[in-house]
Amino acid sequence: MKYTPVIGLEVHVELKTKSKMFCSCSADYFGQKPNSHTCPVCLGLPGALPVPNKQAIEWCVMIGLSLNCKIPLFSKFDRKNYFYPDLPKGYQISQYDEPFAVKGSIKLSSGKMIGITRAHMEEDTGKLLHETINGERVSLIDFNRSSVPLVEIVTEPDFTDAKEVKEYLQKLQQIVRYLDVSDADMEKGEMRLEPNISLRPNGSKGLPKYKVEVKNINSFNFVEDAINFEIKRQTEILESGETPLQETRGWNEDRKKTISQRVKEEANDYRYFPDPDIPPIRWKEPDIENLRNKMPELPEEKFIRFIKGYNLSEYNSEQLIRDKATADYFEEAVKIDPAISSKDIANWIINKKINIDKILPATLVKQIVSAQSVSGVTGEELEKVLKTVLESNQKSVDDYKAGKTNAIMFLVGQSMRELKGKEKADKVKAELEKLLK
Amino acid sequence: MKIDVKHTAKLANLPLKEEEVKKFEKQLSEILGYIEELNKVKLENVQATSQVTGLEDVTREDTASPSLPADEVVSQAKKKHNGFFEVPAILDE
Ligand SMILES: [Zn+2]
Repeated sequence: MKYTPVIGLEVHVELKTKSKMFCSCSADYFGQKPNSHTCPVCLGLPGALPVPNKQAIEWCVMIGLSLNCKIPLFSKFDRKNYFYPDLPKGYQISQYDEPFAVKGSIKLSSGKMIGITRAHMEEDTGKLLHETINGERVSLIDFNRSSVPLVEIVTEPDFTDAKEVKEYLQKLQQIVRYLDVSDADMEKGEMRLEPNISLRPNGSKGLPKYKVEVKNINSFNFVEDAINFEIKRQTEILESGETPLQETRGWNEDRKKTISQRVKEEANDYRYFPDPDIPPIRWKEPDIENLRNKMPELPEEKFIRFIKGYNLSEYNSEQLIRDKATADYFEEAVKIDPAISSKDIANWIINKKINIDKILPATLVKQIVSAQSVSGVTGEELEKVLKTVLESNQKSVDDYKAGKTNAIMFLVGQSMRELKGKEKADKVKAELEKLLK
Repeated sequence: MKIDVKHTAKLANLPLKEEEVKKFEKQLSEILGYIEELNKVKLENVQATSQVTGLEDVTREDTASPSLPADEVVSQAKKKHNGFFEVPAILDE
């Protein structure tokens, strides 16, 4: 290929606070009766005063810290002005030039660093439904989601293929789940992805003159498909000597392609300005340290600790730390019986796909103990015992060879007695059959 | 001082008739010219601010309290449907 993809990402993560970002309406809006979680603040009624949710701000800072961001000691909220019916105030409260977290990075498994431009706090919009009522096309608005806290995480355009993007997204989802600040359930819209994609000639520096943003992506696999589709589409345009349009496209899963939504004729003119209703936030160094100390162990640290502390392979460690519940389950199981190695426990959890919600760690360890005590003989010992049994039961051997295959059951029984149950009967039978060939 | 009235009107979501464009272009230019006067003020030793109260760190704890009754919320709406606010169709993005 003559072109190198230049890909950046904007990810919105919905926080799981009890109340909304700027009012005390319940943020648990999913599946609720329309407009039942609203008040003058989140409906944008005149005279209402927004007051920021302290928990949401702290979680935003923690997300920033876990992405190795700097936390500026001064931060503020701004108004982003635009008209859309799901935005009752005519502006969204967001952060413009002084966000809570800036200049971070995240390391991919290849060792490549992806720059994090910023992580900022904002409010969600209401939800629109498009319907035909009495033959008329209308839009219906539910403001239950209006003002639910969102953290937007923006990367530098550092990705060069879809695989890197997918890995980053998995890591980010893991981190917010470990922090326990969001369930990041894509299907519920708790994590929303917007890649921007362009191509530059191989070897050239600087950013391309255009950028294509893709929206409506609700799974990690679709983000991969959408990026690969765009790379192909844009390559064809560039090879024909043209420049792709600067535009927003939507991913259409049924047609497996992106479709133009809006061509940006002019730069967005959001006229950001500081929200006069919300006094700024000023941190002291110890505040940030306190938040850092409150953070749980993150996936990356756990990954390394599992390898070093439990002598696990990178593969096993990676599998176990994918979600915190499995990692905790493993650690609990390890404590139960020192005679069982952590490696065996890891292998059982991973290879037997143990349902950690149904099988208690202690039960799992019992299973491993009994399985290991059954298979208590080496292959060599087994063969020796079986040969002795065959030698001292010549009649049964002759019967078997003469076609009375049932005779083998007597030999299995004799062998099992000799082995004192240290091996499974079907294994013994299979081994005997081999020897009798 | 020149002002792009059409663009400004679009940002403010206001429909303007052609004669209004001319009228407001003149008026807004005059207003801008008047505000230009402020550039004469010496501000070397003054810090920019968007806050005059001197307040900082005004936040609330994360506790939920009851919202407005849902039927009351839509009671003043021009149009409503099954508890939703109803508006003319917006392009489905
Ligand atoms: Zn509210």
